[in-house]
Amino acid sequence: MENKRTCLYDRHVALGALISPFGGFDMPIQYSGIIDEHNAVRKACGVFDVSHMGEVMVSGPDAERYVQHIFTNDISGAPVGKIYYGLMLYPSGGAVDDLLVYKMADNRFLLVINAANIDKDVAWMQQHTEGFAVNVDNQSERYGQLAVQGPEAEQVVEQVLGLPCSELAFYTFKETEHDGEPILISRTGYTGEDGFEIYGAPDYIVRTWDRLVASGRAKPCGLGCRDTLRFEVGLPLYGDELSENITPIEAGLGLFVKTDKPDFIGRDAVLAQKNGGLSRKIVGIELTGRAIPRHGYDVEADGKVVGSVTTGYQSISTGKSVCMALVDIDHAKLGTPLQVRIHRKLHDGVVTKKRFYEKNYKK
Amino acid sequence: MAKVLEGLYYAESHEYVRVEGEFGFIGITDYAQEQLGNVVYVDMPEVDDAVTAGDDFGAVESVKAASDLVAPVSGTVVEVNTALEDQPELINQDAFANWIIKVKLDDTAELDSLMDATAYAAHCEA
Repeated sequence: MENKRTCLYDRHVALGALISPFGGFDMPIQYSGIIDEHNAVRKACGVFDVSHMGEVMVSGPDAERYVQHIFTNDISGAPVGKIYYGLMLYPSGGAVDDLLVYKMADNRFLLVINAANIDKDVAWMQQHTEGFAVNVDNQSERYGQLAVQGPEAEQVVEQVLGLPCSELAFYTFKETEHDGEPILISRTGYTGEDGFEIYGAPDYIVRTWDRLVASGRAKPCGLGCRDTLRFEVGLPLYGDELSENITPIEAGLGLFVKTDKPDFIGRDAVLAQKNGGLSRKIVGIELTGRAIPRHGYDVEADGKVVGSVTTGYQSISTGKSVCMALVDIDHAKLGTPLQVRIHRKLHDGVVTKKRFYEKNYKK
Repeated sequence: MAKVLEGLYYAESHEYVRVEGEFGFIGITDYAQEQLGNVVYVDMPEVDDAVTAGDDFGAVESVKAASDLVAPVSGTVVEVNTALEDQPELINQDAFANWIIKVKLDDTAELDSLMDATAYAAHCEA
């Protein structure tokens, strides 16, 4: 099957991006280089094309009750303009996807989902509408999306785009008019830095990208550094730290799973895990040497395989070889010595926090 | 455009051999380092290890991924380029100057199955 392209595909080609398939799209992995782009986001400002993300509008008289049923976080009593991170779960507790829920109105919510999961998620949502007066509308084709990220993001959005955003609190959004178009801007991101995500019609997104890039104040950044940035601050990626076989409790995301809600799909399974039934979990591992642990490599202890690497890099910000790994609970305590098998050899490491670099959010 | 040096032997998997007497210096080509991007780690064998033509002898790692190093010829490792342990980025700066291993060649006839500069340049274009 041919990959989809975002509205910015021609811009990526013109900028000489290295393009690879991701989530069913041909996406830019890097322009000037992953290290250069990563550092731009940590120290100044970068702009990402994240138009591949999916958007699903849930509306109707029972919209809130329905979202509460399929989503692990608790949105009851939320004000319009608030955003929640959480998951949709299978009854087993495994993750259908992780997502953001934007409260647009009392009876309308925008769900932002992973590109690779759009078809699966929409089908899942539609299968679970019975008993709810609700409409589930996949609007993914209607939106382009930019992420402007980094300590200078607020200044860049306000000064280059003339789009006021300083009043937005972390995990809130507003709908507004900009450059003659209705748009949505939120203080969210996936880098561990302050930043904004801007949703709008494809033509608007292309014009806005051009203004940001032409200003020289937002470096074009690809999915390569998006992954190294999110990894360093311990944020999960569906397919690595989360999957249909990995629950959010195992992934350390219990904070976003409100088992005090009376009902949501998967609640029984995750409640049992919260109450002490956890047999494995995602940990951080720091290696003593420079060899780089990668997704799928075995984690060993005393000659036995006790887990598997979910994401690993030589951290660009710290230079250390680090990974997240799903390991048996007996080997998950901070400070536990473990080994990772890399190119047939075992390399020593120790269990650490998953956060290898401190987040720098503006709350 | 990637550099291709005359006088070296090239493998389809983008390693080169520079022959000096009974020794071969093995590294990755300029084209390979361009494709990889920032090299952040080189996994190398140890001195006295045997390498076999067509088999892995280590890996070159970019930020994103590990790429196996395939031995273009068979031999015994007599030296590894230890400068790459602390400065793997030397490969990006000059891939031909910064060889990875030096081997004592088992059989110089193996060189005949490798490409010369002209054939390798065409291989990269294809």
